[in-house]
Amino acid sequence: MAKTLTRNATSGGLGVDVGAAKQLLTDMLLIRRFEEKAAEGYALGKIGGFLHLYIGEEAVAVGTTSMLRADDFAISAYREHGHCLAKGSDPKRVMAELYGRRDGLSKGKGGSMHLFDRSTNFLGGHAIVGAHLPIAVGVGFAIKYQGGDQVIVCYFGDGAVPEGEFHESMNLAALWKLPVIFLCENNRYAMGTSVERALAQTEIWKFGQTYGIPAERVDGMDVLAIREVLGRAVTRARQQKTPSLIEADTYRFRGHSMRDPAGAVYRTKEEVEREKLRDPIVLFRDRVIAVGLLSEADVRAIEKDVNDRIDEAVAFADASPEPPGEWLFTDIYKEA
Amino acid sequence: MAVMTYREALNLALREEMHRDPRVFVIGEEVGLYEGAYKVTQGLLKEFGPQRVVDTPIAESGFTGVGIGAAMVGLRPVVEMMTFNFALLALDQIVNSAAKMYYMSGGQFNVPIVIRGPGGPAAQLAAQHSQSMETYFYHVPGLKVVRPTTPMDAKGLLKSSIRDDNPVIFIESETLYNVKGDVPEDPEFVIPLGKAIVRREGTDVTVIAYMGMMYRAMEAAEELEKEGISVELVDPRTLRPMDTETIIGSVRKTHRVVVVEAGAGFAGMGSEIAASVTEQAFDDLDAPVERVTGANAPMPYARNLEKLKTPSKDKILAAVRRVCNANGS
Repeated sequence: MAKTLTRNATSGGLGVDVGAAKQLLTDMLLIRRFEEKAAEGYALGKIGGFLHLYIGEEAVAVGTTSMLRADDFAISAYREHGHCLAKGSDPKRVMAELYGRRDGLSKGKGGSMHLFDRSTNFLGGHAIVGAHLPIAVGVGFAIKYQGGDQVIVCYFGDGAVPEGEFHESMNLAALWKLPVIFLCENNRYAMGTSVERALAQTEIWKFGQTYGIPAERVDGMDVLAIREVLGRAVTRARQQKTPSLIEADTYRFRGHSMRDPAGAVYRTKEEVEREKLRDPIVLFRDRVIAVGLLSEADVRAIEKDVNDRIDEAVAFADASPEPPGEWLFTDIYKEA
Repeated sequence: MAVMTYREALNLALREEMHRDPRVFVIGEEVGLYEGAYKVTQGLLKEFGPQRVVDTPIAESGFTGVGIGAAMVGLRPVVEMMTFNFALLALDQIVNSAAKMYYMSGGQFNVPIVIRGPGGPAAQLAAQHSQSMETYFYHVPGLKVVRPTTPMDAKGLLKSSIRDDNPVIFIESETLYNVKGDVPEDPEFVIPLGKAIVRREGTDVTVIAYMGMMYRAMEAAEELEKEGISVELVDPRTLRPMDTETIIGSVRKTHRVVVVEAGAGFAGMGSEIAASVTEQAFDDLDAPVERVTGANAPMPYARNLEKLKTPSKDKILAAVRRVCNANGS
């Protein structure tokens, strides 16, 4: 039922063609560059509140989404820029949302932690830890009720695992056989509390066994390994309405939020530097160049394209007006 | 028109709406096989099957979240809380997810969900099972809160709640399930949310009450009639949005107000109504607004203490007499 994958699980060729390799690299770089620009925007005072960056974890969102159909659903917690972008949202509208502007995905009312995009079936940005897991189960319930064959991927951090809602959700999805893929991004710290200080069972994937759910652990820095594991989980969910628990071993290179810029109190600088050697984008870029899928020039072209798109996104967000005052009272109740 | 119990009226509303709209389903603890802890969902499993009448384990936050997620992608769940006391376990889902989804998604995802079940003071169920829960919910923008007093209201308001595109908190009462009354059988009979009803016309004083307190106020009004005091009884029916127009209209006629509520008075419905009346009709008042509320204590078990906790008819009578004897006119 469960197995542990190591990096480079795909043997021989990489299992992707030139087009797919370009797409994966583009999508990961886009998130990286977006987050770097968001950090700049925060420093400039253009973005307020809490800002949780996804830098270091890009392979999880990109590898996962690459195995989904457009009509599949995704839902996440508050470190969700990457999941939202990977699902296909326009970076311009995501950045405008972070800027609190009227052209943002949520008209500027949601902010960094509440990105939603109906056009891509991205169901949010939820900022109470664990609360979106039952919601994901409800989406799985609705898919089955309506006779559909979509799946929902529910991203959450290791910090959600001690919450009761994690266990309620795993139980309900298993009990009712729903097409929900629980994807735990284990970046080892819930804010400043390490997994060892939070969980009696630190091997999170093993909770799947408790609930009779297929569970796998995967190197969250290896986009190809993630694709392989998610491919199996998506097939199980789509064809057999079987939920899965995937634990992606990843790491955030930045602090918990911009208010914890270094993340230096609860982890050592050496640990952070060591983890940066696992940078998912560098690893993938080096691999695709090494096997000759992409050239250095290809990579430079991708980087330039991504930089241009994110610069456009920043300019768009900056130019977008603030939401008008009367919007304070719209979207509270839906009128018939 | 047929005579039926409050329980039967709710059951009929559920059945009619489930026939009308295949997206409507019922989910909660013991709603199917057991037919409801209070038998409100009796017969539904047999009629609609397990896909639409879904028994859950005891996991209030979990199954409420399931309802919210299902509502976001096109279904219309009716979530039963076996009693509303248990809804506190789902309070985060209700307040932070259901109520705010439409707003924080900038109008992209509404949550058409009804969360229903009994609440309010019951009979010797003590501190954790006998309390008025509406105050926890009507503070929250994005929620609608309904408290139906009669079988007719139970049916008409539940149907409107199920058809509403927003999260509706629908709190019934254990003590009213066996109350009988006239109920229209027309499946298109609905009562709009946000509309109060004048249950009894009067000229001297407006008494505002709902649920069990309305029945008690009705008894008091009949007794006061004999003393020559004409009481107008207003039932808000929906607490959010509150029909202040009907309330203020009545106050402008009677110039005196008593609000009766079963819950503890501090920051309760009476406070809110007193504030609205003061803001909108101060010059019409001939006496300060009186509140008759549950005592500011948890609900005790002992029968005599329980009686002291809940507003009595005598307290309502005394409050009405006080405002009518005030020297404002």
